[in-house]
Amino acid sequence: MPAVSKGDGMRGLAVFISDIRNCKSKEAEIKRINKELANIRSKFKGDKALDGYSKKKYVCKLLFIFLLGHDIDFGHMEAVNLLSSNKYTEKQIGYLFISVLVNSNSELIRLINNAIKNDLSSRNPTFMCLALHCIANVGSREMAEAFAGEIPRILVAGDTMDSVKQSAALCLLRLYRTSPDLVLMGEWTSRVVHLLNDQHMGVVTAAISLITCLSQKNPEEFKTCVSLAVSRLSRIVSSASTDLQDYTYYFVPAPWLSCKLLRLLQCYPPPEDGAVKGRLVECLETILNKAQEPPKSKKVQHSNAKNAILFEAIALIIHYDSEPNLLVRACNQLGQFLQHRETNLRYLALESMCTLASSEFSHEAVKTHIETVINALKTERDVSVRQRAADLLYAMCDRSNAKQIVAEMLSYLETADYSIREEMVLKVAILAEKYAVDYSWYVDTILNLIRIAGDYVSEEVWYRVIQIVINRDDVQGYAAKTVFEALQAPACHENMVKVGGYILGEFGNLIAGDPRSSPLVQFNLLHSKFHLCSVPTRALLLSAYIKFINLFPETKPTIQEVLRCDSQIRNSDVELQQRAVEYLKLSSIASTDVLATVLEEMPPFPERESSILAKLKKKKGPGAVSGNELEEGKREGGELNGAGERPGDSSAIGASNASTPSPSADLLGLRSAAPVSAAPPSAGSLLVDVFSEAGPAAPAAGANDDGFLSSAPPSVVSEDPAPPLPESDELLNKFVCKNNGVLFENQLLQIGVKSEYRQNLGRMYLFYGNKTSVQFVNFTTTVSCPGELQSQLNVQLKPVDPLVEGGAQVQQVINIECLTVFSDAPLLNIKFRYGGALQNLTLKLPVAINKFFQPTEMSSHDFFQRWKQLSQPQQEAQKIFKANHAMDTEVLKAKLLGLGTALLEKVDPNPDNFVCAGVIQTKAQQVGCLLRLEPNAQAQPGEQMYRLTLRSSKDTVAKRLCELLAEQF
Amino acid sequence: MIKAILIFNNHGKPRLSKFYEHYSEDTEQQIIRETFHLVSKRDENVCNFLEGGMLIDGSDNKLIYRHYATLYFVFCVDSSESELGILDLIQVFVETLDKCFENVCELDLIFHVDKVHNILAEMVMGGMVLETNMNEIITQVDAQNKMEKSETFIFQSPRQDR
Repeated sequence: MPAVSKGDGMRGLAVFISDIRNCKSKEAEIKRINKELANIRSKFKGDKALDGYSKKKYVCKLLFIFLLGHDIDFGHMEAVNLLSSNKYTEKQIGYLFISVLVNSNSELIRLINNAIKNDLSSRNPTFMCLALHCIANVGSREMAEAFAGEIPRILVAGDTMDSVKQSAALCLLRLYRTSPDLVLMGEWTSRVVHLLNDQHMGVVTAAISLITCLSQKNPEEFKTCVSLAVSRLSRIVSSASTDLQDYTYYFVPAPWLSCKLLRLLQCYPPPEDGAVKGRLVECLETILNKAQEPPKSKKVQHSNAKNAILFEAIALIIHYDSEPNLLVRACNQLGQFLQHRETNLRYLALESMCTLASSEFSHEAVKTHIETVINALKTERDVSVRQRAADLLYAMCDRSNAKQIVAEMLSYLETADYSIREEMVLKVAILAEKYAVDYSWYVDTILNLIRIAGDYVSEEVWYRVIQIVINRDDVQGYAAKTVFEALQAPACHENMVKVGGYILGEFGNLIAGDPRSSPLVQFNLLHSKFHLCSVPTRALLLSAYIKFINLFPETKPTIQEVLRCDSQIRNSDVELQQRAVEYLKLSSIASTDVLATVLEEMPPFPERESSILAKLKKKKGPGAVSGNELEEGKREGGELNGAGERPGDSSAIGASNASTPSPSADLLGLRSAAPVSAAPPSAGSLLVDVFSEAGPAAPAAGANDDGFLSSAPPSVVSEDPAPPLPESDELLNKFVCKNNGVLFENQLLQIGVKSEYRQNLGRMYLFYGNKTSVQFVNFTTTVSCPGELQSQLNVQLKPVDPLVEGGAQVQQVINIECLTVFSDAPLLNIKFRYGGALQNLTLKLPVAINKFFQPTEMSSHDFFQRWKQLSQPQQEAQKIFKANHAMDTEVLKAKLLGLGTALLEKVDPNPDNFVCAGVIQTKAQQVGCLLRLEPNAQAQPGEQMYRLTLRSSKDTVAKRLCELLAEQF
Repeated sequence: MIKAILIFNNHGKPRLSKFYEHYSEDTEQQIIRETFHLVSKRDENVCNFLEGGMLIDGSDNKLIYRHYATLYFVFCVDSSESELGILDLIQVFVETLDKCFENVCELDLIFHVDKVHNILAEMVMGGMVLETNMNEIITQVDAQNKMEKSETFIFQSPRQDR
């Protein structure tokens, strides 16, 4: 007999639904719905008390209307009233309405909570389950406050029915996710873990989700679950397919639970106890063996269930990464799946192999499948699968197969789906750079990339090729030749013109000997593209032209003519016009020597992390690029002479960034270039320039100014320094996770900061900008270290010019040495006279202990071992606080990286958490610090909280860092 | 964790939507439309997993779906769930519906939305799986029906009620 008989529904409801279904048009449907809503509203408002049945019927109608996508703004009260009915059907529909429609309407929640409280204490299992469901569905903080204490008791009580236990476990999990601070497991821990041994498989199924989540957050307290999980798994795996009766699904014993057990084990390192480990290895072997046995059923459900377990077992083997024998077997198994006729299995095999490729034991084994994977990239009909194949090729790439893989990815790009092109481009660019043995191959690859998929080549990619060409003089001639050839194509992508303009402007002389690429030919080729390009590219080309005048004096008349023509010198775009005017002037008045100095070849870019890698990471979201990979990227980048973020800023040609209208002095990256500064700089742009990301020229210019200015002694001002501004602490907080920015601004003065730190030393550049048109006189600054800070920090101030012209900006260098750990910040006092009135203000210098962090990469195992070592109470500082900003993973990561520590990926078993490690370098000692940040991202906005824990070998450090960081999120 | 469960027909009409994370009503409708758009344009014999769309955006979520006759069953899950396990779960859900409604068809889902929600609630709670044993689920649903039957006589209503 069917469990739901079709006749006993509510007639009114059925009629209404039929009406809706018979509506011929959307308008008719809306009309019918509005009529019904009016009807229900009047019934609810009417004088006549409705009986339970009618209420139920109307609430059902509202649910139906809601499902069709219409707002329901009433009926909540009626639904709440149904909760207190003692008829099951009415209660049940009330709860249904609330779990579908109520989120956290605080007034109602109180009423709902009352009803729930009654049902929980009713001892009627059906009512209890309904109430628990409701808590789990709404899961608001008020509910957590009301019930977080009660539910663990229900969960472990001896007389609780199994079905109630199941619901209680998941209900508790939901509350733990939304309000971890309210769910205190302490005394219940061991009894909850022992639910893994429960007779009833349903209870285990529900409990394991709870235990997995709790283990991720508190691995130490829950580690006893490992041995229990292994023995439970072993019992399931070795049972005959009939042993577990109803939990056998298409001849596979308890597949869901097996998967969950294997997942739980992935929260922990391999068991230390030999017997437990032996038993587990046995289980894993049995699962791998079963995959080879003939299927017990031809149904797809049978193989599905079996393979679900197999994939989880493989994931565990990869997670342990310690049993070479099992790893190779796993890899072979996945290899078989790569050619399976089921698309799902091919997809999953490619995905699992991606993680396997990073294991040293199986990297080689994975590589043997390269042909199959390339074939998948070419022939799979499903873009999801092709995407996985591309990911795997990227993961298995190393020096030995880089050329093949890059070539295949390039050829795939020509036909790739639009949705994955940009990512493919980034990956090709990274691989080409990472494994470039000869740089001509690298240049060829990137130029091909621009040719094939120019639209998807982001700025980072073409900046990077220029950085590398500038830093490697052995490839410059080749690059010039290749780019010259590429530009001869009748239609070439604008990105190609950019690269071409930059490279020929720098290195065109290297190919000028060949009459086929004589200076004029080069110039004409570039200029033939000019009119088809956007403003930023044109700006870049203009800079290339002025560089040509220096490289090839014979092109000067031609280029001057181009610059002089109305379309340049009177261009409506201010950036283009400015460049044309300045370059024309520069070329006509500067002597050859001056020209050669100003337009000298670009200096090599300083080493930095590849910006492309960072971009890919951002694009792929959290966890996509492993820490390992980043590390490797850095290393490889170093080898390559890897260069800065963008060649654009502060470089002669790349100043194509039209949004930053810089005066010409900055365009050329050389402030000493006297003739150029004839163009009057506007005050605004000077200030802007300081805060754009640091380029290599800025520090150099700093050093320059320094020497020049040191002759001016600071004048003495007798007034005492003012007390620190009330907002100085707040201003300070802005700089905990970053080194550059605006420290202070009022109507007169803007103070910008740029700082860099190495080991226990720091250098800070302060930029004082006069926002007025009147000069500041007697401008003096002093730094003081109050109290014990004097013995902790050594701060040296270089002198600053006592006169700051209106609209001008002066720079001051501060050297900082950290002698030992410290808490307070030094005080910076600034005094000057503005129109006769003395201005006196004191700020805190943005130096905090975290600036002296050295990031430390470590494995999950090491991390938790060290974490354990720092377990004395005074070594730990913890804070639980409300989120002040949205919980954006990328923003959080950026902040944690800005802190100076290493952000350890895939270390914490819970992917939502962040863990970091670093060593604070002071002259006297080194202090190791570990950090863990646990967001409850699932909570509603406004209720989101963080738990921040710091452990450090020195107690004051953990405390201070905790204070600093708690303000950041 | 299961983030959402959606059932819609071949034309994109929603037949059940259950979100285990909070979204505004507008966003929910938009997600349903977008998910339908993503899923319905896929061929029959491609894989059952899919990335992309609003539910997925930037996170590690995946759509796992199955197509039965006129209906799509779509589960949006995070990376803590086994993909094949979820496919099994969809199958259990469908088989359970089939037993409860005796040869379930789209109309049953339309006229008995509350029942479908009840059945689902016996399987999934707050985004986590409560029970996978079909007989256990059916026993619970049966017990509820019995209670309902025993109460129906109280509100006998043969009259034409609207």
